[in-house]
Amino acid sequence: MTSYDFDFDGQHLQARPSGALFWPERHWLIVADLHLGKSERMARRGGALLPPYETLATLDRLRSEIDATDPATVISLGDGFDDDAAGRALPDDVCRALQAMAQGRRWIWVSGNHDPGHIPARLPGETLPELHEDLLLRHEAGQGPDISGHYHPCVRLAGQRLRCFLLGADHLILPAFGAYTGGLSVDDPALRALVPTGMAIACGHRAMPVPVSAHSKRKRA
Amino acid sequence: MTLPPRFQDWFTRQGWQPHPHQIDLMQAKGDTLLIAPTGGGKTLAGFLPTLVDLAEPHQGMHTLYVSPLKALTADIARNLSRPVADLGLDIRIEDRTGDTRASQRARQKIDPPDVLLTTPESLALMLSYEQAPRIFRGLRRVVLDELHALAESKRGDQLMLCLARLKALAPEVTVTGLSATVEDPQRLAGFMGGAQVINADPGPDPDIAMLATTQPAPWAGGGGHYAVRDVLAQVAQATTTIIFINTRAQAELFFQAIWAANDDNLPIGLHHGSLSREARQRVEAAMAAGELRAVVATGSLDLGIDWGAVDLVIQVGAPKNVKRLVQRIGRANHRYNAPSRARIVPANRFEVIECTAALQAVRERDLDGDPRGPGPLDVLCQHILLTACAGPFDPDDLFREVRESGPYRHLTQEDFDACLDFAATGGYALRAYDRWQRLMLRDGLWRLRDPRATRDLRMNIGTIVEAEMLKVRFRGRGGAPLGEVEESFAATLETGDTFLIGGQTVRYDGLRDMVVEVTKQPTREPKIAMFSGMKMATSTQLSHRVQALIGDPSHHDTLPADTAEWLALQADVSTLPRAGVLVSESYPHQGRWHLAVYGFAGRNALQTLGLLMTRVMEEAGLAPLGFLATDYALLIWSLDPVTDPAPLLDRDALREGLGDWLGRNAVMKRSFRNVATIAGLIQRNLPGQRKSGRQATFSSDILYDTLRRYDPDHLMLRITADEARRGLVDFDRIEEMLERSNSLDHRMLDRVSPLAAPLMLEKGRVPIAGKGRERLAEQEAAALMAEAGLT
Repeated sequence: MTSYDFDFDGQHLQARPSGALFWPERHWLIVADLHLGKSERMARRGGALLPPYETLATLDRLRSEIDATDPATVISLGDGFDDDAAGRALPDDVCRALQAMAQGRRWIWVSGNHDPGHIPARLPGETLPELHEDLLLRHEAGQGPDISGHYHPCVRLAGQRLRCFLLGADHLILPAFGAYTGGLSVDDPALRALVPTGMAIACGHRAMPVPVSAHSKRKRA
Repeated sequence: MTLPPRFQDWFTRQGWQPHPHQIDLMQAKGDTLLIAPTGGGKTLAGFLPTLVDLAEPHQGMHTLYVSPLKALTADIARNLSRPVADLGLDIRIEDRTGDTRASQRARQKIDPPDVLLTTPESLALMLSYEQAPRIFRGLRRVVLDELHALAESKRGDQLMLCLARLKALAPEVTVTGLSATVEDPQRLAGFMGGAQVINADPGPDPDIAMLATTQPAPWAGGGGHYAVRDVLAQVAQATTTIIFINTRAQAELFFQAIWAANDDNLPIGLHHGSLSREARQRVEAAMAAGELRAVVATGSLDLGIDWGAVDLVIQVGAPKNVKRLVQRIGRANHRYNAPSRARIVPANRFEVIECTAALQAVRERDLDGDPRGPGPLDVLCQHILLTACAGPFDPDDLFREVRESGPYRHLTQEDFDACLDFAATGGYALRAYDRWQRLMLRDGLWRLRDPRATRDLRMNIGTIVEAEMLKVRFRGRGGAPLGEVEESFAATLETGDTFLIGGQTVRYDGLRDMVVEVTKQPTREPKIAMFSGMKMATSTQLSHRVQALIGDPSHHDTLPADTAEWLALQADVSTLPRAGVLVSESYPHQGRWHLAVYGFAGRNALQTLGLLMTRVMEEAGLAPLGFLATDYALLIWSLDPVTDPAPLLDRDALREGLGDWLGRNAVMKRSFRNVATIAGLIQRNLPGQRKSGRQATFSSDILYDTLRRYDPDHLMLRITADEARRGLVDFDRIEEMLERSNSLDHRMLDRVSPLAAPLMLEKGRVPIAGKGRERLAEQEAAALMAEAGLT
């Protein structure tokens, strides 16, 4: 697991192959779009009964990131829950697992469009609309420079579609960390508008930087 | 029932005599299966009892006709209109397919026609309505057309489940199946849930032979382009010709090649499943009007639309399957009792042998067919959910009803319960959905928890899961749709790439709103042939015939001289593959060792064998680099030689490797996607529903990986494994190959053998995956960074 180191908005940061962002100076671990409880929400709405393991899978991955980086602060950058009701409906063992992970650290849930409300009391941490401590962290990109999630960026590399960080002059957009999350190509106009030129950092067995530019069409293998 | 005088008179006025099987069918009691060659008046036979019945007034729907093709329903409606008008019958005949207007569908619910013509999917939809019992209450007859074709896929399994439902709703209904010639009529009758088989006179032997060509077939390749001028000469002599090609991509290329040589500008059309509906309908109409001299077609023309004037069928490429060849030959000369004329064009030397073997099988009327096994459970899952859409149901009644249908007659209570549990709760080891079950048990009846779910479930009806397709259009407003390509193919295109579709070369401009935009590029050679598409493997029985023919020099005089010489040279230099012996060869070529295994087990099985054997080679340190599978042989190249293939072909080791490897294989993921879609775990993407912006969907691969990790015994994984084993993975045929090989005969050679040489030229090389793929991605990323000056 090799991270990719870069500077953004005057800070030194690490893009981890898992899709998590690490800020070594402050020991912050930032993950976006966990979408915990997604399968529960779909079932509640009368849709398909998806394998109800995505929360477990997401937490397993988050736990290994916490074990690897031992962060002082963990930040969920919005859409931590697939909706507010999904947050309330999390099973007890999941809540206990989150409590255990949060033990001895600061834990922040930034609100997203899926989870605008406050987190239930049985979960650790506090809810904030956004966070501005040297870096501006929020769910959806606004007036930059800021760090955000929301778009689930993806990039195609050697025939594979990989989740990626999208790094531009004004915005750093994180990939979705949750297990059942789709993705939006970095070539999509919505993302092109935010990051006309810059770099996609693909999440493979290591973090792989690839240039993104509005004018030169990237080769696809 | 006998033929009433006014019907007898009608036949006489046409100058016809009813065929004996048409009378037999009318006199038969109970369910029947009519086996008749093309042109045998099958459809009229199927409808005669209905017409006779409907000479008397009837309330509600009398006859339901189901065909695999929408186009057939329109064709039948047209064909029936004449006798109905001539006989002065007061009968309302309507069709009901995905293309039927909503207003007409709504009316059909309230006031069903006497005869309804439909497809399996539309029938399943109608049965999911609450009003189904009323619509079908008075039903007397069901006619299942082209049953041989339906029985080969899950569409047939679904149709049989629907048939059981119909029989429960209308206990007096009788069913008539109509089928082309099949290898085992009793098995097909069993598939229907039991029926009396009526055989029509099979007619005279076809006039069928290999096309004499001015040049011999090339050593390798699959296009058949070497014979384009010979094919054109045949077209010029015939009235109307159908030229069958095995894949869509090859059809496009052959169409282009034939037009390049078409000096007389003979009107020749193209018809395949990737063309837009409008394009296909234009060709069909031109054919029906006699405006075309030939049409280049794939399996999309396999089924019975009546072309009337076709008097020659040309099959380009090996037929792969004797039964399909016979059915295709039947398309020539729709007049009963006249021999069909057909010519076969092998695409390469191996195919010359296969064609020779297939012709022999046709002459011996020895048809092939691999039994499909019991009804698949994903189809049953869908059926259970659709049953719930129609209203609450009793599980024991449904179980009994399902077991009435042929494919599910041996269904166990345990499997049924597993499907019901899947439909109700998802069937997960982690019981997460107690509050949000899809189906709830109340008062002993299962019902939908949320009635709004019916909409989603009905949208998901059917068992055909297409690859994600994108429409292709000329750039600019109102550009006509040219057809569709697979999304995976579109993803490989770069601006400026040229490819073939609809017989023309186009340039890729970009993707907009999920539509591939192109411009015309008439002068350029296409850079890329076209979309992939699955290839059919040569049938087990035909493979045996090919192997036996190769191994028996006393029959080599039935082969063209150049082919016989080729085999004689092989016998000289190495040895001939032969019945009961698995022959393999190792030889060096351009710094790589090659291993050729003449397995004759079909492309899919040999591809699986390639994956399994290279794994073992990797472990043994032989450094395999890649492999290639054809229908006849497997070729593996490596840095070090295989001196003894026996350990690589050890059955237990292969079996063990299979279980291990299958789980992570892309083929399995593709099968899983199909199974999960049919069973209703994932919603299929419907046209117009896909968002071009932020994608809300995630790939089924993620579900597959999650299930494998957290719930490895889940029903969906079990169905997927069963399916892959038989279908794309085809491990059963590897076992069959090992079973019939009493001994191995391995030769160490100092150079490529005559038999192996054509393999070296084949396309479709598979590099060994693994770490290499990650390395490729890294290299590419690094190259792009360097190119952008970012290193």
